[in-house]
Amino acid sequence: MTTHEAVLHPPALINELKKNNITHIVWLPDSETNFMYQMLMAEPSIDLVPVCREGETMAIAAGLWVGGKKPVVLIQNTGIFESGDSIRGLGLDINQPLVMLIGYRGWTRRGATPDSAAQFIEHILHAWNLNYYLIESDADADRIGLAIAEADRTQRPVGVLIGAEFGSE
Amino acid sequence: MIKNQDAVRVIDSKRNGALFVPTMNANNVHFGLPTVTTDQKHDLPVSGAMGKASSLALGLALAQPDKKVFCLDGDGSLLMNLGALVTMSNKAPKNLYHFLFNNGVYAVTGGQPIPGSGQTDWENMAKAAGYASVFSFDNLEDLTTSMDEVLASVGPVFIHLEVEPEVENTPVQFRTRPSRTVQQAFRELPETLGVR
Repeated sequence: MTTHEAVLHPPALINELKKNNITHIVWLPDSETNFMYQMLMAEPSIDLVPVCREGETMAIAAGLWVGGKKPVVLIQNTGIFESGDSIRGLGLDINQPLVMLIGYRGWTRRGATPDSAAQFIEHILHAWNLNYYLIESDADADRIGLAIAEADRTQRPVGVLIGAEFGSE
Repeated sequence: MIKNQDAVRVIDSKRNGALFVPTMNANNVHFGLPTVTTDQKHDLPVSGAMGKASSLALGLALAQPDKKVFCLDGDGSLLMNLGALVTMSNKAPKNLYHFLFNNGVYAVTGGQPIPGSGQTDWENMAKAAGYASVFSFDNLEDLTTSMDEVLASVGPVFIHLEVEPEVENTPVQFRTRPSRTVQQAFRELPETLGVR
């Protein structure tokens, strides 16, 4: 019997962001994506904008976008719950083509999860009628490009859930 | 104390191509920018996300480093997004001027006092958060005569204004709205800036 090792490595995600000309990542670090931090800090083509609370990210991204840049936000699913008014007022209401990379805390492919952050996140995205993609391994990284294309086409926020067992390199 | 619209007029008179991000009373038809602006196509009002004017202004300042960005914020708004003071000073945009209209009340909901009204030390909060320069004015004459000095300072600059609590106590759906909508401003500004 063979086992399937689904692993996501930072270069796969960062290369996809670079390929799509992303200029800024507006970020509050989370345990699902902290593996990207050092590599992003060393990446000269993408500016990192750290925030104190997740609801700031959509507003900062709106300012960057209206000023001609191409940002994404990167936060945990718990931060999405905190960000509702920003997603409504500075995402949906102004037609911002914003890709939200969302650390999927509590995600498991093996069935039920006890983590309410995982239990509610997809329901919340459905409630806002926000489409989203799921990334679990390097092979899925091109879904970021699909999400960016969809956001540009629809002029709406689009989610990318990062539900990975990640690697360290 | 300063009347809101008098302060807005003074700031607008010194804009010289600056981008404005006004919110709450600074974006009120009766008390704020919409009826006195001299360069509407460079105004980016925000009313739909509570407390986020300063964050929007930060993003705009980072995207347009060669233009001055003036955020016209409210004290109740900033309380909702207080971490933005640290986020702002951490990125330290040299072109960002953060005007705080301190009237001590939630003017758009009927004039109830904000938490800490009359006690909060906004100047020292901005200094402690790491703003490059901090000013405070409680009368129009000092604001008027000091604007050149304020705008000669390297950002991020925090300008605390003690303004009158002018309250529009009408249900939201019956209020006069600015003729230019937020959606319109977000569509038009990129064209004005030549970035889309």
